[in-house]
Amino acid sequence: MSDAPLLSIRDLTVEFGGAPALRGISLDVHPGEAVGMVGESGCGKSVTWLAALGLLPRTARTRGSVTLQGEEMLGARPSRLDHLRGGRVAMIFQDPASSLNPVQRIGRQIAEALTLHQGMTGATARAEAKRLLDQVGMPDAQRRLDAYPHELSGGQNQRVMIAMALAGRPELLVADEPTTALDVTIQAQILDLLQALRRERNMALVLITHDLGVVAENCERVAVMYAGRIVEEAPVAQLFDAPAHPYTQGLLDALPPLYGERGPLAAIPGGVPEPWAMPPGCAFAPRCARARPTCTFQVPALTRLRGPHRAACLLAQPVLELA
Amino acid sequence: MSALLEARDLVRRYWMRRGAFGRATEVRALDGVSLTLERGRTLGLVGESGCGKSTTGRLVLGLETPDGGQVAFEGTPMPPPGSRAWRAQRARLQMVFQDPLGALDRRLTIGSQVAEPLLIHGRPAGAAEVAALLTEVGLREDHGQRYPHQLSGGQRQRAVLARALATSPDLLVCDEPISALDVSIQAQVMNLLMELQARRGMAMLFISHDLRAVRQVSDRVAVMYLGRIVEEGAPDDVLREPAHPYARALVSALPHPGRRGQRILLSGDPPNPADRPTGCAFHPRCADAVARCRLEAPALRPHADGRLVACHLAHAPAPQFVEMGAA
Amino acid sequence: MLRFLASRLFRAALTIAMVVTFAFIVLRLSGDPAQIIMGADAPPEAVVAFRAAWGLDDPLWQQYFRYFAAILNGDLGRSMRDGRDAIDLVAERIPATLALTIPALFIKLALGIPAGVVAALHRNSFIDRAVMALAVAGFTVPSFVLGLLLVLVFAVQLGWLPSGGQESWRHAILPVITLGVGGAAVLARFTRSAMLEVLGQSYIRTASAKGVPWGAVVRNHALPNAAIPTVTIVGFMVGSLIAGAVVVESVFSWPGVGRLLVVAVANRDLAVVQCILLLVAATMVVSNLVVDLLYGVLDPRLRAAPQGAH
Repeated sequence: MSDAPLLSIRDLTVEFGGAPALRGISLDVHPGEAVGMVGESGCGKSVTWLAALGLLPRTARTRGSVTLQGEEMLGARPSRLDHLRGGRVAMIFQDPASSLNPVQRIGRQIAEALTLHQGMTGATARAEAKRLLDQVGMPDAQRRLDAYPHELSGGQNQRVMIAMALAGRPELLVADEPTTALDVTIQAQILDLLQALRRERNMALVLITHDLGVVAENCERVAVMYAGRIVEEAPVAQLFDAPAHPYTQGLLDALPPLYGERGPLAAIPGGVPEPWAMPPGCAFAPRCARARPTCTFQVPALTRLRGPHRAACLLAQPVLELA
Repeated sequence: MSALLEARDLVRRYWMRRGAFGRATEVRALDGVSLTLERGRTLGLVGESGCGKSTTGRLVLGLETPDGGQVAFEGTPMPPPGSRAWRAQRARLQMVFQDPLGALDRRLTIGSQVAEPLLIHGRPAGAAEVAALLTEVGLREDHGQRYPHQLSGGQRQRAVLARALATSPDLLVCDEPISALDVSIQAQVMNLLMELQARRGMAMLFISHDLRAVRQVSDRVAVMYLGRIVEEGAPDDVLREPAHPYARALVSALPHPGRRGQRILLSGDPPNPADRPTGCAFHPRCADAVARCRLEAPALRPHADGRLVACHLAHAPAPQFVEMGAA
Repeated sequence: MLRFLASRLFRAALTIAMVVTFAFIVLRLSGDPAQIIMGADAPPEAVVAFRAAWGLDDPLWQQYFRYFAAILNGDLGRSMRDGRDAIDLVAERIPATLALTIPALFIKLALGIPAGVVAALHRNSFIDRAVMALAVAGFTVPSFVLGLLLVLVFAVQLGWLPSGGQESWRHAILPVITLGVGGAAVLARFTRSAMLEVLGQSYIRTASAKGVPWGAVVRNHALPNAAIPTVTIVGFMVGSLIAGAVVVESVFSWPGVGRLLVVAVANRDLAVVQCILLLVAATMVVSNLVVDLLYGVLDPRLRAAPQGAH
């Protein structure tokens, strides 16, 4: 982890029509690393990466910096950005069926990426597309090249998306809720595939998910987001063993246990604040059982607790300094 | 005294045309499902998309008529849909769906929607009754004046629950009631469901793809695969030591912090109900399958610990609980 | 495929039969053809003789079946006015109408589709607002008003173009523009909303994420998808090639099918009116069939999508 980061996000903010969606995100992704981004809907975990890759609609106002090994991506020339996207950084999305062009055969959609990033055309591109489909475990790949997305299942379509992402030999794959729309057993297949590919290709992986279990099993490091900010960031083991932010603790406690005593769940009261009605202090303070008066007006900074473990909570520091 | 709800050998089929010019094929959405639900208890139905769990819910509610088998409510068969008796019974069977925004009328206030079932079934529907229902589900009285889009997802699901409770139902069918909600809100709604059940003593059929949620709220759980129940038992038994290979894979696929051991990876996709495999429907994906599985569909039979399992091998001398072939 | 075609053809025939029946009933109920053709002060014996000659004194249902049987034999009847075959009367007017509607169709396509695409690509910008303002103006102004305005400016004021008649190609310019502008406006609005719908889809984001330059995203991913709904409206325009110029032909005294229809209706010249309606229904039905087949070409989901039937 001492090596230089592959991708660095600094003070990234995004506004939609004056309402803040991201309120200052800083995050590094190192080569070959698997980072989880966790949080509930609207926390900004997807927006962070859509903004980083310039995929947000023009109505979004993005500020800050996103560098790929020193090269600034925010505001880069379109031609340069198109070279990086799908090339060095690829992204796949939640609903694989609607993420593929419904009127184009999947072979052609994969070949398009191969043409753009590897300069392959015609039969070469087709052969490579077939090889990629094989690699992502698509049964009967040769025949599937000529299939349309609606002829495939959800899991198969996500495999196509992954094959397409691999076409540019990316150093970083951003997977935005890649299994949320899929059945449990298919989710296990896809996550297994992503892990295998990451190991084989030494590719960094950013896994955006609302599911803490998915992160625990698939990532080395986690960033927990709440209301447009990272509230806690830690290696997976540390986060699950000793969550420092009350929100992270709340998320873990809200999960129904698989074994042992059943009782009422420790639900987090209330709901996520709307972007246009952000509390002035810590955004989580209104729902936090341990909030103090200071929490309601002072925005806590993301501070280092121990080693790489960071949290944005006014209460987190003293607890750990004693430890 | 008979069970509150008893369904026997429910079959539901429909015809599906493949392509604009193709010929129609029969699809068995439900292929002989039996279940019993006691007063005040919860049965969880779990399975993947297309396994027939939602169809079961609709048949149990009497929203659809089964093509085979029957549903009995308090020992009497379900009246035909649309009849007077059916309408009277609607008050006692209520439902909650996945998408609360779709279930609510966006042009009406929450309060008037909660009052509506009271009016339909000729009960007092004043402000006091509505307010009592809203507070019971954890909403404030003033939420009654709002419109669905002015509430959050969790609040909307509470409003749907308030409306369902208005007629004091004996049975609540919840079809994926928490899937569209955030983790922290899911816990709130699950707690609320448990509280309401404890207070009102209604029975629940809890349909979900989420084993974790099903365990949390259910007294019994039935695992469905391709229109049949493959395993049924106490949630902890099924989770700790699933007996059917599909249930094993389902449990093993659950991601959770601190999971031990190798995951069972099923190969292939869930099969299409229009293209049902012969014998045991699960055999093409089952690592343990033997010749018999291809030929003969296993019946749902009692297992040693009172569980019901539909697997030829589960009843044979216990198979080794080892990891199965990874994909 | 054959079964599909057969069922479509059967439905088409049914549609045409319904149109013919409807026209027959409405025309018979709205006035006595004999009286109207012979004039209000024709001698009663002449009117009676006319009725007998054309079979108008038979019971209505007999006339109807006779008429229907004739159509099935390919006989579309004769004009009650000059006794010529209705089909000939109509056929000789078709080229004149097509001389207006075909160039107008090209204007609609060439103006409407690009305008809609450009507006969608620059949503909420000045370009979008300008295009949409023009489009709204284009289809809210009725074609007879627009036609008269054009005549006023280009024929009366400036004297550049003739105001009516069919002597040369210059006579066609104003009617073609009048026809084209309204259609282009409709098409522009339709194309814009189809494009906006498509541009919001996740596969567009996927294309950008894999590094496809924006221009190619629009060409290869957005346009083919937006074409699917747009084909419907274009099909409708093609279907109205024969009879879509009734108003404009009247404004510009253009001797096409439209004007023949107006005159024939006024005269209760049944055979001619029904011949035209039959033709209109047939072109509509055929263009609808072509649209359906085109859907299959453009959208693979309609080719073999499993259609659930509950």
